[in-house]
Amino acid sequence: MPQSIKDPLIIAGREFQSRLIIGTGKFKDYKENAAALEAAGGEMVTVAIRRVNLDKPDAPLLMDSIDPKTTTYLPNTAGCFTGDDAVRTLRLARELGGWNLVKLEVLSNVHLYPDMAETLASLKLLVADGFDVMVYCTDDPVYCQKLEEAGACAIMPLAAPIGSGLGLLNPTNIRLVKEAVSVPVIVDAGLGTASEAAAAMELGVDGIIANTAIAGAKDPIRMARAFKHGVIAGREAFLAGRIERKQYAVPSSPMTGLIK
Amino acid sequence: MHLLINGKDHDDLPDGLTVATLIAHLGLPERKIAVERNREVVPKSAYAETVLETNDVLEIIHFIGGG
Repeated sequence: MPQSIKDPLIIAGREFQSRLIIGTGKFKDYKENAAALEAAGGEMVTVAIRRVNLDKPDAPLLMDSIDPKTTTYLPNTAGCFTGDDAVRTLRLARELGGWNLVKLEVLSNVHLYPDMAETLASLKLLVADGFDVMVYCTDDPVYCQKLEEAGACAIMPLAAPIGSGLGLLNPTNIRLVKEAVSVPVIVDAGLGTASEAAAAMELGVDGIIANTAIAGAKDPIRMARAFKHGVIAGREAFLAGRIERKQYAVPSSPMTGLIK
Repeated sequence: MHLLINGKDHDDLPDGLTVATLIAHLGLPERKIAVERNREVVPKSAYAETVLETNDVLEIIHFIGGG
């Protein structure tokens, strides 16, 4: 999209030009990760919080490859199964990073599907503690409304199971989620390739998160660039407004003035 | 003194360690980690004045790649 066209993504008062958020898991190393972020034109990355390996205090650090001063870190709660775990983890992240925008994900043991009851309970704890919470969730529009009512600053339904690459399995529900809430909707998890990101954006959602689709591609840097273009194409097509589907052919060239 | 750090026992640590001196002792980059002591976050501003006691339970975390 030309820089002159302003179409920012606004989440909890923060303005982003890019609508593509990328993950930082599964890359060969942090250097490749940083190159993919640049190719994606991304301004936000999801990150995990884990114990420091005290046996390797000099191990490479994510923060040395992707600068949190110029890229917004979205600390996640991957691995947390209760609200208390999530709050505890994100309080540490807040002290480390100094920011309060976070990604809540409370997963179940059923194919990493979100545990929505526990997610909603965790969200309430985090909102009460002053966090701006982007919430990974199922594509149930009713539950998504409950998340918004509880204070979520972005709703992030899955396209397909995490890491599956199955693509946009239920476009109808994603559209219904978008219509059901007023905060930004970001499709998170399950996309496999750039055209699927475009298709999701064409539904009118506000952004995309991709990790495995990029990190797991044969050429992650090129796939990051493909996702960038996919997201832009989908957004532009949505804003442009697609034509109605018609059942029969309609000529594109005039049928008058033909030579005889 | 004894501390439980990231789930592992650390015996024979010098008495009177603060969070700041422990971090230095372990050779960790202070600005790139966060510390929880007995399930309470220790603010960075309090590292120097937070004196550890034997059998304290510490979690020391950092950001890593994730989705």
